[in-house]
Amino acid sequence: MVENILQVAGLQGWYGESHVLHGVGLEIGRGELVTLLGRNGAGKTTTLKSIMGILEKRLGSVRFENRETVGLPSDQIARLGIAYCPEERGIFSSLDVEENLLLPPVVRPGGMSLADIYGLFPNLQERRRSQGTKLSGGEQQMLSIGRTLRTGASLLLLDEPTEGLAPVVVQRIGEVIRQLKARGFTILLVEQNFRFAATVADRHYVMEDGRVVDMVVAADVAQSAAKIQAYLGV
Amino acid sequence: MFEILGIPPQALFGQLLLGLINGAFYAMLSLGLAVIFGMLNVINFTHGAQYMMGAFAAWLLLTQLEIPFWIALVLSPVIVGLLGVVLEKLMLKRIYHLDHLYGFLLTFGLALVIEGLFLWKWGSSGAPYPSPIPGGVNLGFMFLPYYRGFVVVAALLICLATWYGIERTRFGAYLRAATENPVLVRAFGINVPRLITLTYGLGVGLAALAGVLAAPIQQVSALMGTSLVLVVFAVVVIGGMGSIMGSIITGFGLGLVEGLTKVFYPPASNTVIFVIMAIVLLVKPAGLFGQTK
Amino acid sequence: MNGRGLIGVALTVLALAAPWFAYPVFLMTALCFALFACAFNLLLGYAGLLSFGHAMFFGIAGYFFGHAVKAWNMPPELGLLAGVAGAALLGLVTGALAIRRQGIYFAMITLAFAQMIYFFCVQAPFTGGEDGLQGITRKPLLGGLIPTKDDRVLYYVVLAIFLFGYLAVYRIIHSPFGQVLKAIRDNEQRAVSLGYEADRYKLLAFVLSAALAGLAGATKAMVMQFATLTDVSAAMSGEVVLMVLVGGLGTIVGPVVGAFIIITMQNYLASFGEFVLVIQGLIFVVIVLAFRKGVVGELGAWWRSRRSTG
Repeated sequence: MVENILQVAGLQGWYGESHVLHGVGLEIGRGELVTLLGRNGAGKTTTLKSIMGILEKRLGSVRFENRETVGLPSDQIARLGIAYCPEERGIFSSLDVEENLLLPPVVRPGGMSLADIYGLFPNLQERRRSQGTKLSGGEQQMLSIGRTLRTGASLLLLDEPTEGLAPVVVQRIGEVIRQLKARGFTILLVEQNFRFAATVADRHYVMEDGRVVDMVVAADVAQSAAKIQAYLGV
Repeated sequence: MFEILGIPPQALFGQLLLGLINGAFYAMLSLGLAVIFGMLNVINFTHGAQYMMGAFAAWLLLTQLEIPFWIALVLSPVIVGLLGVVLEKLMLKRIYHLDHLYGFLLTFGLALVIEGLFLWKWGSSGAPYPSPIPGGVNLGFMFLPYYRGFVVVAALLICLATWYGIERTRFGAYLRAATENPVLVRAFGINVPRLITLTYGLGVGLAALAGVLAAPIQQVSALMGTSLVLVVFAVVVIGGMGSIMGSIITGFGLGLVEGLTKVFYPPASNTVIFVIMAIVLLVKPAGLFGQTK
Repeated sequence: MNGRGLIGVALTVLALAAPWFAYPVFLMTALCFALFACAFNLLLGYAGLLSFGHAMFFGIAGYFFGHAVKAWNMPPELGLLAGVAGAALLGLVTGALAIRRQGIYFAMITLAFAQMIYFFCVQAPFTGGEDGLQGITRKPLLGGLIPTKDDRVLYYVVLAIFLFGYLAVYRIIHSPFGQVLKAIRDNEQRAVSLGYEADRYKLLAFVLSAALAGLAGATKAMVMQFATLTDVSAAMSGEVVLMVLVGGLGTIVGPVVGAFIIITMQNYLASFGEFVLVIQGLIFVVIVLAFRKGVVGELGAWWRSRRSTG
């Protein structure tokens, strides 16, 4: 077994007054691609935000490369080497495409160069001087992912990168994610779209009511299909 | 010599120059207000007092330490800006989560404290600050004091530099992004609280810089910023706070309009900006350069 | 008799007996400011609109009163009416423009308009400019029935005017109109989606508040026999905000308590000169940072928590 890059144990999280996470536990090995599955409101997005330190209040343990991050503000967590793509993509309308790409500061050596990123997403280079929010949904998603690659972060948190995108674009995102894995990135992916998740991931965690209730490795997906369908209620 | 609409050109251009100078101060102050509002969500009522502190700092540096204008031009904005940083760290940061009106009230209270202290120590009568570039040149149609010419050019350059800093640099990109979504910017590894403190310091420094530039033109007095800040509020309402270039153009433009009013209908010169504000509210409530929000 | 009733009786006795053991002019001034503060609180506390230019209504009404009584030789009742009407009209015009923007812009706009009115009053022929409108002699009220030369008699008149204004605010707040105002304050979009024309409600609240502020300002001019620039200044606008904050925003008695505290304080601190500004500023800072409910609000919260725990 490879070393764990991220270990989450007993993680509780709150949105203002409401208690959303009730003791989430999961582990991700270096270079792994793991998805977080579950119905709407199961706490997937909240788990990502909580790992990132965005929630006001969280308890429990989130260890990144064996360092406890609970208690750190989100900017310091990012500087340890975790990068985040929010569900709503978070493209800034007052910044052009290239400014959006260059916004997250480089936190560690070893990140991709701007040229590499443009190589991965040629569309972005063509539109580098366009206002960020003028891009199509797919391009905005590429920009949101591309933005995390320069920083040298080793763990990427991707929140529903395929949401609302056309099948062709979803396919393209899938290719990108596989390429990123091949480059050695560790990825925690939140997905509603299980069919997509099954094509890219090594393992799947299933969440229900703010807890991780099951874990399925890729090799067992075929025989556990019925069980997973039941979890997701599709 | 020829006259324009019955006004001797000396008077006309003299007032236009004055208007341009006032406009320069409006532009610099409304710029600072807009930048601070974008990041802190606070309308900085203390702005007028900080402008006054800039002028006072220059005057004290000159009279107490014999530090000349050109050094004070750098030194006093730094001093006043640092005081602003202290203010932000001690007080303002405690109220960001509250309704906008509390920031307004807090900074209003701080303005009272600052102006009250200066009044108490130095009284309300102003002190003159000698012009650092005495003399002037006769342009034929008007007499141009060198220093006044310098103020217009310097203020314009400062405004354009501010525009460049915000719209074209990496630091400016942080500012723009954090204005839109501070939580996400922080999750990218940028220390947003420090960015906010820095922004406040810079906005305050800009007000103080305007104060230093104003010192040789106006009397340095405790209340020099009190009514100015009210006019600047009207300027901000007219221009809208969404656009940096908009603030600059509105500031200079309104200064000119005020100057022209002084020539053609002096009794209205104090109120013309407020009248324009009323008209803008009727016609384009979001402001000339504002987006409806 | 319950506690509330006892307090009511005590307050009534206190209000009636006050001019025999306190300086009547001080009491009348305080009552005028209390009414002014109540008018302001109607707007900020119940409609959520921060007017930072309320002195324009307070001050202009004083000038209207003075001009009507002095230049047009009107009886004081009509003078008060002129003051109220003038303030209400000014409120209608400035309010209609100011409500076109929301939130903090509203505050800046009212502040700017007040500054415009200030400059207007500096130059206008009927205000006496920097000197103010002096020597507005007190004339008897109700066609000679009530002599007003005696401060104590006038005190009861002012008390009656104050009570009228106070009860008017009370009625407005507890009327269906007041309920809609509160709904708009708490969530404007929701109120609009329920079919209320928020702007009309806001404007009416603004005009009512301006009219009551005008009543306070005209009454003050009647008491003091002069109207000056101080009462239209930005500083005065700030003072009424301070009174309401000190007393307790959105509480019905808070503004009265706040007005008495601030006026008393100014009386005692008059000798400190410029330092009054510093102290007022510090009160603002302390209240915003630590004491946002004001005296009455904090006392009420303390009282409720004591009752619920004990």
